[in-house]
Amino acid sequence: MSAAPALARDPPAVLSARALTKIYRMGEVDVHALRGVDFELRRGELLVLLGPSGSGKSTLLNILGGLDVPTAGTVRYGEVDLSGADERTLTQYRREHVGFVFQFYNLIPSLTARENVALVTDIVPRPFAAEDVLALVGLGDRLDHFPAQLSGGEQQRVAIARAVAKNPALLLCDEPTGALDFQTGRLVLATLERVNHELGTTTAVITHNAPIARLADRVVTLADGRIAREERNARPVRAEEIAW
Amino acid sequence: MVRALERKLLRDLWQMKGQVLTVALVVACGITAFVGMRSTYASLERSRATYYAHYRFGDVFAHLRRAPDAVAPRLEALPGVARVYTRVVDYVRIPFEGDPQPPVATLVTLPPDGVAPLNDLRLERGRLPEAGRPGEALLLRSFAERHGLGPGDTLPVVIKGVRHVLRIVGLANAPEFIYPIQPGSLTFDEERAAVLWMERAAIAPALDMEGAFNDVVVRLAPDASGAAVIAALDRVLEPYGSLGAVDRSRQLSDYALSGELEQLRSFATSTPLIFLTVSAFLLNVVLGRLVQLQRGQIATLKAVGYADLEIGLHYLAFVSVVVLLGTALGVALGVWFGRALTGLYGEIFHLPVLAYRLQPGIVAVSALASLAAAAVGALASAWRVVRLPPAEAMQPPAPAVYRPLLVERLGLQRLVPQAWRMVIRELERRPLRTVLSIFAIAIATGTVVLGRFAEDSVSYLLDLQFGVAAREQLDVAFTDPLPERAARELAHLPGVLRVEGMRSVPVRMAADARHRDVVLLGYAEGAELRRVLDQRGRVVPLETDGVVLTTKLAEILRVAPGDSVAVRVLEGERRQVRLPVTGLVDEMFGLQGHLRLAALNRLLQEDPTISGAQLRIEPAREPDVRRRLGLLPRVASVTSQAAERRHIERQMAEAQMVRMVVITCFAAAITVGVVYNNARIAVSMRSRELATLRVLGFSRAEVSQILLGELGMQVLLAILPGMVLGHWLTWLVTSSIDPERYRWPVVIGPASYAFATIVVLVAGTLSALLVRRHLDRLDLIGVLKTRE
Repeated sequence: MSAAPALARDPPAVLSARALTKIYRMGEVDVHALRGVDFELRRGELLVLLGPSGSGKSTLLNILGGLDVPTAGTVRYGEVDLSGADERTLTQYRREHVGFVFQFYNLIPSLTARENVALVTDIVPRPFAAEDVLALVGLGDRLDHFPAQLSGGEQQRVAIARAVAKNPALLLCDEPTGALDFQTGRLVLATLERVNHELGTTTAVITHNAPIARLADRVVTLADGRIAREERNARPVRAEEIAW
Repeated sequence: MVRALERKLLRDLWQMKGQVLTVALVVACGITAFVGMRSTYASLERSRATYYAHYRFGDVFAHLRRAPDAVAPRLEALPGVARVYTRVVDYVRIPFEGDPQPPVATLVTLPPDGVAPLNDLRLERGRLPEAGRPGEALLLRSFAERHGLGPGDTLPVVIKGVRHVLRIVGLANAPEFIYPIQPGSLTFDEERAAVLWMERAAIAPALDMEGAFNDVVVRLAPDASGAAVIAALDRVLEPYGSLGAVDRSRQLSDYALSGELEQLRSFATSTPLIFLTVSAFLLNVVLGRLVQLQRGQIATLKAVGYADLEIGLHYLAFVSVVVLLGTALGVALGVWFGRALTGLYGEIFHLPVLAYRLQPGIVAVSALASLAAAAVGALASAWRVVRLPPAEAMQPPAPAVYRPLLVERLGLQRLVPQAWRMVIRELERRPLRTVLSIFAIAIATGTVVLGRFAEDSVSYLLDLQFGVAAREQLDVAFTDPLPERAARELAHLPGVLRVEGMRSVPVRMAADARHRDVVLLGYAEGAELRRVLDQRGRVVPLETDGVVLTTKLAEILRVAPGDSVAVRVLEGERRQVRLPVTGLVDEMFGLQGHLRLAALNRLLQEDPTISGAQLRIEPAREPDVRRRLGLLPRVASVTSQAAERRHIERQMAEAQMVRMVVITCFAAAITVGVVYNNARIAVSMRSRELATLRVLGFSRAEVSQILLGELGMQVLLAILPGMVLGHWLTWLVTSSIDPERYRWPVVIGPASYAFATIVVLVAGTLSALLVRRHLDRLDLIGVLKTRE
């Protein structure tokens, strides 16, 4: 299924994928994770990728984020073709343009909140100050806490701060509330929303949790490696209004 | 500014401090051994070179019976000879009051001004003997100090059977007597090794050497061929009873010293290799675990944009810090060890310019070697880091693959209890790590065995030498060969039970172009006290004619029983004959040929003649017998086998104690390093599993059993291979010892094996107890909540 034609008032695409196919070889069988997906991510939008587990949404996010390469098809980021890129190019792409938020936060346990953010600010040009982004996610008073001293929600917000600190063009989040309870999850979503609104960071959020889609400007639903549906959300609701 | 990644490095190091420390200790052991021995070797060698140069130690030496001074200019004129110094060297007895075994001194003459142009001495105290004042002498400092003698004291000596009293005017050392081994002795004994220097004109008449010399020192011209000069010297000096000129490498003192230095150098290379191998293995295990534990972190770092190289270097930095820590500690300890060792050698050798200096190159080499070991150990893990796809950050690690045990596949699972099944599966699942762990602990076991070997071998050797081969109590050497009836005369001394005469004669033995200067030993008919024995202590029979050779000598000459060798006698008429080889004997010391006394006398075309005798005496009358022997003018030396044995044992015991402590510490460091690290890794990798068992109701003891059982099994499995390895390491070390001097039998007693087992078991138990604390503090709930 092809993406809806871009309307004149739509912002330009930051990232566009055409006919993406990803086949994993598991022992003697081929697993088709993606079967010809066309997809675009437009500047400043908040996009939710919905789908049950095994639908291919993580594979798609991995490819978009330069963590993996497609078996066939193309991914373009500006002038750069990511589908055929070598490891160096992909590292450079991730380093300078993409921020990741993982389901299990993936903080470095031996580093404090501030240092986890510094991990990223150390290696990119023109980063935000670690203290500023931590304040942005509401952790201005937890700068020197180690991950083990933070709650799950706080850890995830540190992860968001770490992803945002490089001022990325894209913020890619894989089930960011997956390991959190409802209250905490909503707080994390509010943080993502705030980053999207205040910094204008193009954001894609993967979830299997349908109510979260109400937050999005656009919702793309994947099923069995294909795009099953794509909808524009005329009136996204605020995170506080969501319940699941 | 410290970057976040560097902070992570520091915190990881701190978090794993126990492991960092134990691995660093293993590295430190290797580096201590390397830096200590290597710097000692370099310091000794430098000191020796300076000493030789400063006191004009010669290049070629020859000893002969007697040559008129007129021969000297002919030597001077030989091509390749830059300088010749002729002198008189003889042996004299020092009959101390009440000493049953009088020391034999080497007497060396000096020119009138006391300054020898070659082979000069170093005056340590007092003054040189003055020309025209007979009876003035210098004495070897170590001997003087042992006997409380100094300038101004008098010393009785027996020269050619005549008693003289010498006045000591000074104490000295000399490059040619750094390691003064006495004739008839196996080792250097400060109490008995004496050297006297006297003005030549003052002593020549007593030595019957007026206008003549019997010792030549040669300085070679630059670029001269030593071999050519030796050949030329031999041609000129042969008519004067030369025993054959030798270069420095065969000069007695230098030969012994070089042997010691060579051994030190070979230890300085082999010991660190063992430790660096173990540390490479440990680093491999520790880093492998770190990488596995931090799999998610590595993937995250990649996902946020760190390049493979940066992350790889991050982990290499981890191991570099560990080895550099070990290296720093090792260098510090090595300098201390080197100083102590240099001091120890200094005491033995009296090298006057002995100065310990740590060469920067040695530190650099040790750092590079340990880094190389670390790199080897870290390579596999670093490669795993690089290969880990960043998308892994999104995934929990796949559960490890276990297989049913061999016993289970055979359907015998009922025989193995559940807990032990887990233990054995864990061992089976990582066969390489299990084998390497066992190997490392086996190295520790082998190291202890190696450390004890010298004691075992020496006592075996002494038992064989003094108990079986030489069954006499006293060994008498004559000043010159005597008719066989001299033995009968000795037998008449009260207290003497049995006397057997023996003839020894220096010969040059050759087969084709290969030759060696060796000793031919002639044994009296029906000899019971001295017999020819092989390494196992079996008596080797002598034929009526022909010679039995030391196996090593036959190897060098490439002859076998049935062949014959050319023998040229290096004394008397200097006859040249061919002798059939009738047998070989695997002996432990030296190179020699054995034959019957009658055969040897026939070969020398002499009447029945002996050059020494072995005495069996009534033990109670030993002092009396010795006193009487001491009064006989033709007796050059009397050696008590028991005293000789006690001396060797005492010398060994001192050296052995230090070696044992050091080696035991080293082995403990390896064992703790291996067991502790394996255990810590097992705890951290399997804490979830172990905590689950605790939650399910297993007791602490049961949980410990699963984990510590695995380690205990590794230790137990390592002991037997460790003993084999110890035997092999011992063989390796003994084969590095100059085979022309000693051929050490590899003898390891049961006590040594038991001791090695105990050391390893104790070290293993201690490490297990350390880890047990971690097990007991397992956070049951916390562990189950965290994601792996």
